[in-house]
Amino acid sequence: MGEIKTPDKLKPESVAHAATSSLYADRQRVYPKAVFGKIRSVKWAVLILCLALYYLVPWLRWDRGPGMPDQAVLVDMTNARLFFFWIEIWPQEIYFLTGALILGAFTLFAVSSLFGRLWCGFTCPQTVWTDLFMFVERWIEGDRNARMKLDAGPRNGAYWARKIAKHGAWVLIAAATGGAWIMYFNDAPTITRQFFTGEAGVTVYFFFALFAGFTYLLAGWAREQVCTYMCPWPRFQAAMLDENSLVVTYRDWRGEPRGKAKAEGVGDCVDCAACLHVCPTGVDIRDGQQLECIGCGLCMDACDSVMGKLGRPKGLVAFETLKNLSASAAAAAALPPGPERQQAGMAARRVPRFIRPRTIMYASALAVVALVMLGAFLMRSTLDVTVLRDRAPLFVRLSDGGIRNAYTVKIVNKTRDEAPLTLTLEAPAGLRLTVQDVEAIGEGRYALSRRGDGITQYRVFITAPAGARLGESTPVTFRLLDSAGRPATSQSSVFLGPKP
Amino acid sequence: MPTKIEKDSLSGQNTTGHEWDGLKELNTPLPKWWLWTFYACIAFSAVWVVIYPALPIPGATGTSGWIAREAVVRDVQQAEARMAPMMNRLRAATPAQIAADPEMRAFAMAGGRGAFANNCAGCHGAGGQGALGGFPSLADDEWIWGGSLDAIHHAIVHGIRANESDDQRQSMMPRFLADGVLTRPQVNDVAEHVLSLTNRATDQASAGRGAELYADNCASCHGEQGEGNRDLGAPRLSDQVWLYGGDKAAIVQSISNARAGVMPSWGKRLDPAIINMLTVYVHSLGGGE
Repeated sequence: MGEIKTPDKLKPESVAHAATSSLYADRQRVYPKAVFGKIRSVKWAVLILCLALYYLVPWLRWDRGPGMPDQAVLVDMTNARLFFFWIEIWPQEIYFLTGALILGAFTLFAVSSLFGRLWCGFTCPQTVWTDLFMFVERWIEGDRNARMKLDAGPRNGAYWARKIAKHGAWVLIAAATGGAWIMYFNDAPTITRQFFTGEAGVTVYFFFALFAGFTYLLAGWAREQVCTYMCPWPRFQAAMLDENSLVVTYRDWRGEPRGKAKAEGVGDCVDCAACLHVCPTGVDIRDGQQLECIGCGLCMDACDSVMGKLGRPKGLVAFETLKNLSASAAAAAALPPGPERQQAGMAARRVPRFIRPRTIMYASALAVVALVMLGAFLMRSTLDVTVLRDRAPLFVRLSDGGIRNAYTVKIVNKTRDEAPLTLTLEAPAGLRLTVQDVEAIGEGRYALSRRGDGITQYRVFITAPAGARLGESTPVTFRLLDSAGRPATSQSSVFLGPKP
Repeated sequence: MPTKIEKDSLSGQNTTGHEWDGLKELNTPLPKWWLWTFYACIAFSAVWVVIYPALPIPGATGTSGWIAREAVVRDVQQAEARMAPMMNRLRAATPAQIAADPEMRAFAMAGGRGAFANNCAGCHGAGGQGALGGFPSLADDEWIWGGSLDAIHHAIVHGIRANESDDQRQSMMPRFLADGVLTRPQVNDVAEHVLSLTNRATDQASAGRGAELYADNCASCHGEQGEGNRDLGAPRLSDQVWLYGGDKAAIVQSISNARAGVMPSWGKRLDPAIINMLTVYVHSLGGGE
C-alpha cells in the first residue's frame, strides 16, 4: 500500500500526553464540521436509502395465502422458517444464507480492491448511524465551533438543555433502530401493538434493548473508536488494496509546500485545515494512507470548496490510485509550484487499471459462488423424501423365518399442496412393502397423505419371505408418485439381512 | 519501572522503556476507555461472585439464592406443567383410544420412546430387538403372552413372574431332568422331537421316541404340534424365533432345567400415562397385533 505515514496524533511532538509516555491514551474528541458538496450529497442519498430500507422493509406485505405470514421479509423463529418475498427457506437450507454472506464478502473484497473503502465510508451501519447522530448533534448543539465552545464552556442551564435534547433525540433514534430489528422476527403491525401494550415476550424486549442500547452507545459515544479500535475490517482490508485501488488521497505533489494563499513559491494547499475539521474520524488526510481513514471523502468536498473560492483547480484531495500519485509526483518533481506543475502532474495520470489479477480473481470467485447459489436455488426441491433405516435392530427375524427391516419415511413438503402421494418400492422380487396403519391401495402401493408446509412421518416395513436368496445388503429405492403417477421424488436405502 | 524512554527514529514513537537484549518495545497507547471497560468487567465479575454461586465452597450460594440444580428442577416442573393436560388425557384413555387419536398417538410415540429407553431398553434393547437368553424381541411377530395393545399393557402393568402383582403373568415349566421327571436319554429324545417340529431333527428314531414323551409331558402347554399357548405363556416351538436359542444344546438345557424369565411389574413404578405411552410405542415397533 505505498508509503504509510505516521498520523500526526501518534507523533510525540503533537500530543501532550506522549511526553509522559503513558501506556494509555486519552480520547481525542472529534468535532466534525458541516460540509457541503458532491460527496456529502451522495452520502446523504446512501444514508436515506439504507435507513429507509432498514426501517420500512418489515412493513412490506406479501400475500402467501391463508394461515401464512403476510410479511415480505420475516425470520420466523417459532416455526423455523425464513421468508423473503416469494422465497421460503427451511432450516436445512440455511446454506442459502451462508451463500448470501459469501457473496457479500466477495463483493466487499472486489469493491475494496477497485474503489477502496466504499463500504466503510458510505454504507457501513456504523458510518450511517454515526452520520445520522452527528446530523442531530449539529442540529441541536450547532456546528464544530459552537460544539467546542459548548463543551469548553460552563455547565449552565443552556448546556444541560442542549445535552439533554441531544441525548433524548439519540435515544429515540436508537429505540427506533431496536424497534425495527424485532420487526424482522415478528409480524410488524402485531409486534408494534404488543410492544406498546406490554404483551410482547421477554426476548423481544431484550433484543429491542440490546440493539437500541448499542446503537446509542456506538453511534452516539463510540463513533470513530469503533472503526479505529474495535473493527477488524480496517486491519485486514489492506490485503485487498494495492497501488491501483482508488483511495482518498491528498495530492502532495501539488499541495506542498503548504503556505498562505498569497505567499510566493508555495503549493496549492493553504493549510486551512478544512479537510481536518470535517473528518468524522479526526485524521489529517495529508499524512497519507492511514488505518483511521474510513474513506468517506468528506475532506474532498471540504478542500474543493476552498479551492473553488481561491479559484484554483479542484481535486487537491481526490479519489486517486497510489500509482497515479507517484506518477504525478515524478512528473511534477522538478517543477516549481504553480499551474505548470499542476498540469504536468495531472497529465502524468493514467486511467486506473481496474482489470488486474486481484480483481479478476475476486470477480471469478464472486461469479462462481453466484452461479452455484443460483443453480442450487433453481434446483431447490419443494418435495423431499427422507428414509431413515432402523439401526436397532438392523433386521428382525420373523416366526416364519422371514426377515423384516423397518424404516422411518419422512415426506418433507415445502409447498401447501396436500394431495396424497403414492409410495412404491423398487426392489428385487419377493421384498414386500407395508406401511404401518396405512391400507394398501394396490400391490405394494400406499397412498400417503402429507401435511402442507411440514413433515409427515411414516413407519414402513420391508419383509423378505423365508428362504429368500438375498445378500447381507440389498439396495432398495423408495419412490413417491404424484396423483398422475409420475415419479415425484425418491430415496435409496438398503435392506439388510443375516449373512447368507 | 521503565526508565529509559526514548523516541524511535523510524516511527517517531516513544518506546515504553522496556528493553530485552537490545530489543525495544514501541509505546502505542491503548485508549483509556478500553482500560475502563476492563475495570468494569472486573467490577461486574465481583458483583457476579456476590450474587451467584461462584465460589467452590459448599453452601456458598450467593445472595440471589440461585442454584443450578433448582433451576433444572424448576424447568422440569414447568415442562411437566405444560405436558399436564396431555398427560391427563393419556391417563384417562385406553391404549386403543390413544392409538386411534393422531394427537395422543404422536405424543405417546415421542414419550414412549423416551420411557422405553429409560426403563425397558436395558433388557429389550434400544429398538426392542431383545437379546438371546430370555429377553424377547418386541419388534418381531412372535408373542409369548400376546401382542395386542391390551396384552402388552397387562404385561407391563403386572409384570411376569416377579411376584409383585396378583395379576402377573404366571406359569412355570417343570425342570424335567433336574426334578427327575425324565432321564437324560429321554430329554435327548424330546429335544430331537422339538427339532423335528421345524424339520431339523438329525436322529429320526430318537425323534420318534421323543414324540410320545412330548405328548405326555409337553403338549398340554406347548400344543400337540408345538403351536404354543399364550394363555399359559408357553412359547411356540414350531417357528424360527427362539428366546434362549434354537440349537439342540439350548433346547436340551431348556428341557432339563426349565426357563422362567422375569419382568418387573411397572404398574407401581410408572405413571399410568407413561405405561399407556409405552404400550402404544411397543405395539408400534413392528410386532403389534
